Formats: sequence, structure tokens, C-alpha cells
Amino acid sequence: MTAELSPHRALGLTDSEYELIVEKLGREPNGVELAMFSLLWSEHCAYKHSKKLLRKLPTEGERVVMGPGENAGAVDVGSGYAVAFKVESHNHPSAVEPFEGAATGVGGILRDVFALGARPIAILDSLRFGELDSERSRYLLDGAVRGIGHYGNSIGVATVGGEIYFEEPYEHNCLVNAMCVGIARQEDMVRAAAAGVGNAVVLMGASTGRDGIGGASVLASAELGEGDDSKRPTVQIGDPFEESKVLECCLELLGKGLLVSLQDLGAAGLTSSAGEMASAGGVGIDLDVARVPLREPDMEPFEIMVSESQERMLAVVEPARVAEVAALFEKWQTGCAQIGEITDSGLVRVLRDDEVVGEMPVDVLVDGCPLYDLEPSEPTEWPYGNRASLDPEANGEEALLALLSSPSIASKRWVFEQYDSVVGSRTVRRPESADAAVLQLPESGNAIAVSIDGNGRRVACDPHAGTIEAVLECAQNLACVGAEPLGLTNCLNFGNPEKPTPAWQLDSAVTALAQACEALGVPVVGGNVSLYNEGPDGPIYPTPVVGMVGELPDAAKTAGSGFAREGDAIGLIGPFEPNLAGSELAKLRGELGMGLPEPDVAAVAAACSVVRFAVREGRLASAHDVSDGGLAVALAESAIGSGIGFQVDLQPLRERGCAPEEALFGEGAGGFLVSGEAAVLEELGATLLGTTGGGTIEIAAGDRSFSLGLETAAEAWRSLAERQAAPTT
Amino acid sequence: MIWGVLQFPGSCDERDALHACGQLGEARLVWHEDGELGGGVDGVVVPGGFSYGDYLRAGAIARFSPAMEAVAALAADGGPVLGICNGFQVLCEAGLLPGALLRNEDLRFVHRQVDLLDAEGASLSIPVKHGEGRYWAPDDVLDELERNGRVAYRYAPGQNPNGSARDIAGVANETGNVLGLMPHPEHAVDPLTGSTDGLHIFRRLERVLA
Repeated sequence: MTAELSPHRALGLTDSEYELIVEKLGREPNGVELAMFSLLWSEHCAYKHSKKLLRKLPTEGERVVMGPGENAGAVDVGSGYAVAFKVESHNHPSAVEPFEGAATGVGGILRDVFALGARPIAILDSLRFGELDSERSRYLLDGAVRGIGHYGNSIGVATVGGEIYFEEPYEHNCLVNAMCVGIARQEDMVRAAAAGVGNAVVLMGASTGRDGIGGASVLASAELGEGDDSKRPTVQIGDPFEESKVLECCLELLGKGLLVSLQDLGAAGLTSSAGEMASAGGVGIDLDVARVPLREPDMEPFEIMVSESQERMLAVVEPARVAEVAALFEKWQTGCAQIGEITDSGLVRVLRDDEVVGEMPVDVLVDGCPLYDLEPSEPTEWPYGNRASLDPEANGEEALLALLSSPSIASKRWVFEQYDSVVGSRTVRRPESADAAVLQLPESGNAIAVSIDGNGRRVACDPHAGTIEAVLECAQNLACVGAEPLGLTNCLNFGNPEKPTPAWQLDSAVTALAQACEALGVPVVGGNVSLYNEGPDGPIYPTPVVGMVGELPDAAKTAGSGFAREGDAIGLIGPFEPNLAGSELAKLRGELGMGLPEPDVAAVAAACSVVRFAVREGRLASAHDVSDGGLAVALAESAIGSGIGFQVDLQPLRERGCAPEEALFGEGAGGFLVSGEAAVLEELGATLLGTTGGGTIEIAAGDRSFSLGLETAAEAWRSLAERQAAPTT
Repeated sequence: MIWGVLQFPGSCDERDALHACGQLGEARLVWHEDGELGGGVDGVVVPGGFSYGDYLRAGAIARFSPAMEAVAALAADGGPVLGICNGFQVLCEAGLLPGALLRNEDLRFVHRQVDLLDAEGASLSIPVKHGEGRYWAPDDVLDELERNGRVAYRYAPGQNPNGSARDIAGVANETGNVLGLMPHPEHAVDPLTGSTDGLHIFRRLERVLA
């Protein structure tokens, strides 16, 4: 920042945006107002480069209870209960300070879910770092994992799943996306819209300090560059104990019907919470900053309005109920202050005692930000680097071992052992035991399965096909445990949308996401957009992260991903056409380029249905989605998980025209690796490949055939912990 | 039998403990500010979690709560008291059990399914999940615990997850009615979510009343 930079530019507003504010207000904004505008008109809050695109997404469905626009989405799971869920990014804070960044990312998404009256029951995380041989990546991984564990473990919500990829383009700009799932009695749920002129506005939870000032604009809506350590004060500090009290208190208040509406304080703090509540309810709101409990007595009004101090909620309460609400806060030993009221003025007014320090029409502040069209342009060549780490002459066995030990594929046990995945007594399928986490719901007598996916490298190769694959992979993971998708949430992590290539990636990916969801009949019930994810070397891989929740009738009827018995037949179900383009093997060989085959969504959906019903009927001993590293890796994973080897012949794939290497390591949507009785697999239309049993991996694939001890494969797959060997600071 | 399950601000596993106790008998929550356990409560579970945030030292604040005075009185009367994870830490802080729980040897939170061996050598599959679970006591105290059969549970050979002295996972008081352990028996009461071996540990305390 230079001294001559005008205040609005320093806060991230363009000259034309500033002129528009002046025009709409009919005057220059004062300092408080400018600070508030700069946040609500930031990319992070206003979605100004993505809102038009997001309108393409299908958001309606029979089971949708709450859709986009609320704190989180929710779907009906029967018996009067709903499951609420949402995924959100905390990328830039985590890149600057990984422990607190990731911890408060978890804290924020938990608040989104309990804001609508749902008890959080599960957390999943989608993480991206640079290659593991970089010291910075190991530092970020270590900090992010400890931060997620610290918050989730301490507050008593199970971390049941997630995924991690290591790719060079995330070196400077890691991704930390956290998803939370909660359960609510539908009659207890509330919306975020403020209502009732004369009702009290109550700020609950932690006191307000100077942490996180400008997080949404300075950190989240600009590219990262050198010297970002100086941005550390814009990262918030988490306190899971405070949040645990606020959570219990809010759920008790909602259970007693004491709140009119509830909203969490996230990015842009009071400014966005109050503004969005007023906008959604079509009312005005008066806030008195003198009544906000502060950590530091001399905070300026603008600081109070934009502070991103954590563990705070804003509620609208009928005046007659305020005393009852305050008594419950007393019980839970956390803060509660009436800081304002709902008005019919159509204004957000900020007062300090009797003095008006800011006054803006709600529709200008919250909804007045101009929306921009993208100027997408498809790159003419592969816009990222290539770095070969595997000898092109490597034989089948060497390639498989290299893939199994590749950090993106290797076992993440080192990570998930740092998370409590069982608290709540719901977790039927723990991490690594199945393709999706399965949680029983005693409230409604059924169960849900949850998965989160998104392979940025494949989206980089082909934003359209890659995004469709991300949706299909989620659906396939759910099918493997017998679940049918109910709804989807997404986090769109992309580079600078003002540049042509990231704009094209974003445009293609959202179009594809809409098409895949339409074709599968899965509504998008919420999500989040994180743009400007770039480092000095350019943008990240475009990374749409998809989280999906599905339903299964009986938690006891699911399948694991590991082989279950010796002597079972092994088969392949689905329209799987393995291709090396964009594969993990192509990455290891430094052969990445543009273009992937277009998946056949209808055919994959049909295969999902076959697998789902077979699993529910208990006809399959195991089911595993063929994903990163192709069929050979999927086979090895199913074997290592159970300690049961196998013998297969990939001749049937070769007869379909696959080269040996494609059959072994080619990737693409639509493949299910299953085991069970041969007659059952044949009845299901599976291509039989071989049998389970023994202590070796034996794969016949023409000139790439090999045999390998199961222990050797397991050792490669379990090598992440040693390779991490992280610094602890 | 009627179980009371303590609830502090920051408790995490109190609902799980309630559910587990409910499989064996009646169970109800006891709020930390209540100086009495309430009519009919025969035994108490001090559950897992992070009471008061555990920012000072695990269990160091919870031990001063009014409910813990009631627990101490119940223990002195020979009533069954089970401290799980944070509850074990609280019982040690309260002086109802000897020793202390230190940061795990590798300084990381650990969650995994482990095998426990009871004094008779029977094996139980139960999860651990904690960051401060390394059992420590002076050697003479450890010797005495071993001599008097007060080492209730050990981690099976090679499975000590935290560096606990002599693989100790749980200890009892002299009279055997107070038991603390780091593993979570309340998360091992349902075959769907792991195992049912945790029920053995609740039953062991039920027998105190017999």
C-alpha cells in the first residue's frame, strides 16, 4: 500500500464502484460507511464475479427444506427431521496462518449449521497443498490438520471424512475447505431473515476485538503475494470452548422457540450479519456500537462493525422474550447484549449512543454492488507446469508403487488419526473403511452418507469434464455405501476472475456443475465461492469441491471398500473407459495437457443405481469407486484395507481397446470395483476380472503384467507419515 | 441402577455416555453447578470432553465444580464412579485417583481403536481419542498400583498410543469403586459403530453395588 493510495482503493473498491456509492448515497460516505461498503461490496460477500453464473445451478427438489441464501442448505430425511449442510473455504487465512486459519474455518462452518437450528454431527475437509517435498507444504499441512483437529475435537463434532491433494499450483495458495453436516427437528429450524419492527437485535457469544479486521476484503478478495506475513493480524483466532457454549445455548433457545431469527457472524462481522438479515427480511436495523461488549475499550465504530472476532451470533428476539434469552446465556456462561432493534426505515443505521455514525439504505449496502460479466478465454496450451518424477520406462510394478506412495493417493491415516471421528455415536463407517462416511440417524431411523470430492488437476485439464467427474465421483462414493443423493453443496475455488483463463475455468465449471446436477436430479442447496486464489507463479488449479449428502434406509446395510473374504469374485461395474489423460500417472511422468473424454452422465447414474441397490440388499461384499491411479490402485486399496490379496486379468478391458497401461492406470468416471459371489456379479452385469485371496497382488495386463507382495504395496501406501516429518512450529 | 452423567461446559461425550448407560439401566444428566446428584443416582460417569475448555490443564477447573463435591461424597460412600478420558483427568486432579495425565508423547491428538487387557488378561477393543493421555505417576506409586491389582486396564503390547507409563490405560482406587481410564467404553456399545466391548467396563462398575 502506498501513501497516496485513496482510501477506497486501499480497501479494495474500484473507482467506479466508489462513484456508484457516492451516486446512490447522494454524498460521500464517511469512514464507517466506507469500511462497511468495502466489505459488503467485496468479492467474498457480494459474489460480484460469480452471482450471474450461479443462477444456472438447479436449487429445487422435493426434499429441499432450505436452499441457497440461508446460512446452510437442508434436506428432508423423514420423521420430521432435516439434515443441514454446507461447505466453505478458509483458504487465504490458512495460507497466512494455517493453524488458526483452518481452526476458524471449522468454527465458521459449524456456526452456519447451528444458525438454522441443526446440531452439528459431522465435519469433512477438503485440503490442497503444494507438493509434499516442499517445506512450506509440510508446514501448512501440519498446521491445518492440527487446527482442524483442535477445533473439531474440542467442540465434540466428529470429523468423518475428507480428501487431500498435493499439487504444485497450490504451493503459495493452499485450500482449506470445511464442510459441516447437522441434524434438526424441522419445527425448530429458523431462517436468517430479520422480522418484526420493534424486535430486539441481540449479539451473543464472544466479545468483539480487533482480530480479523478486513479479512473479507484484504485477505479473501485479493491475490496472495510476497510479505503476506504482515496480514497475520487479519486472521481470526478461534476458541472452540466459547463456541461449544454458544452452540448449546442457541440450540436450547431454538428448542424453546425463543428466537425469531438467527445468523452467524462470519466474514465482515456485524456489518454483513446485520445487513444480510435486514435485506432478507425487507426491514431496517439500528445498531448501537456503544452496547457491543468489547475486548479493548477504545475500539472505533468502524472497527466494531467490521471485526471478525469468532464465536458470535446475531439474533432477533421479541422484546418480551429478551429476559428469558439472557437467563439462558447466564446458564451457559457466555455473552449476550441487546445492541439494537429492527426498524421500518429500510436503513442500516450505526449509532454510538445517540450519535448516528453511519446511515445507509439496506438495498444499496447489501444488494447494490454491481455484478460483473466474466471475460473468459480458453487458453491455447496447458497453462500450468509439468514436472516428471517417474521414469517413463517404469514397469507395471514400479508404476503402481510410485502411485501408491504418491501423497495424493497414499493413506491419510496420519491425518485422520488426529481427528475424533466417533463422538456422537453415529459413525458407522469411519475414514478409509468405505468410500463415503456413514452416519446413523436414530432420530429418523435411517442413515446418511457423506462425501466430498474435487480433483483440481483434472478440472485444469478440462474444466467441463473434470467438474462433471467431481459430481459423479461423489455420487459413486455414495452408491458404494448404498446411499442415494439428496442434495449437494459446493465450494468454487478459482483464481483471479478478472483474468481470461480463470474466468474461462470458472464459467465452464459452473456450467458443467449445473448440467451434472440436472442430469442426476440432485439440487444444489448451498455453497461458497473463493476467487483470487493465486500466488506469484499464477493461479491454482481450478478446484470446484463438491460435497454430497445421501440417504440410506438401513445403516447396517452398507459395503466397505476393502475385500471382505478370500475366494470372492472381483468385478467391474459401470461405463468405465480408462484414459491416461490428466491421470495421476500422467502427472508423475510430466505429461499433463488439455482435454479429457466427456463422461456419460446417464450411464454413470444407471451404474450408481445398480450398485446402490445391490449394496442395500447385501449382495456385494465390497464396493470401491475407481478413481485416482485407476483400476490397479483401486484393486490395491481394496486389498491393503483388508489384508486380502488378489489375482486379476485385465484382458476384458484390453479387448475393449485399452493398452495395458491404460487398463492398469487410466482414469475416468463410472467405474465400480466390486467383490462378491461370481453369480451375483454376473447378474449385476459386472465384467469379471479375477478372485480375491492370498498375500500377493497379481495383475495380468499384457507386457505390463506383474506380481507383488501385498506387504510391499501396503508399505508404499502407508508412507505419508514419514514423508510428512513436519516441523512443529 | 440409575447412572448420573456429569455435564460441564465443554463436555463432548456426555450424550454418548448417557446413551451407553441407558443400555444398562436408567441414566440422566447432572449439571456441573448442581451440588447434589439428585434422587436415586447410584453411580456416576464423569465423561470425556474439554471441560471449561481445558485451557489451564485438563480437568484442573472441573474438579472445583459443585457436582464434583457430590461425586467425591458418593465415592467415599463406596458408590461407583467412572471417569472417561477428560473424566479420568478430572478424577486425578480431584485426588480420587493417583497419578496424572500428560501430553501425549508425540504431542499430537490421537484417535484409534486399541486393544485393552484387563487384569485377567481378557482383551477389549475400544477407541482412544485424546491429546493428554500419557499416564504418569512416581515409580513407587506405580509399583503399589501393580502390587494391589489397581491397574485396571493396560494397552495390549505394542499398542500404547501415548507413551503411558507401563502401558497403563486405566486405574482404580483402593476400594475399587472409582475407575478412570483414557479409552472410551461409551464408544464401544454398538456393533454398528465399532464394538460392544465397552459394556464390560460399565458392568464392572455395576458390580460394585452388588
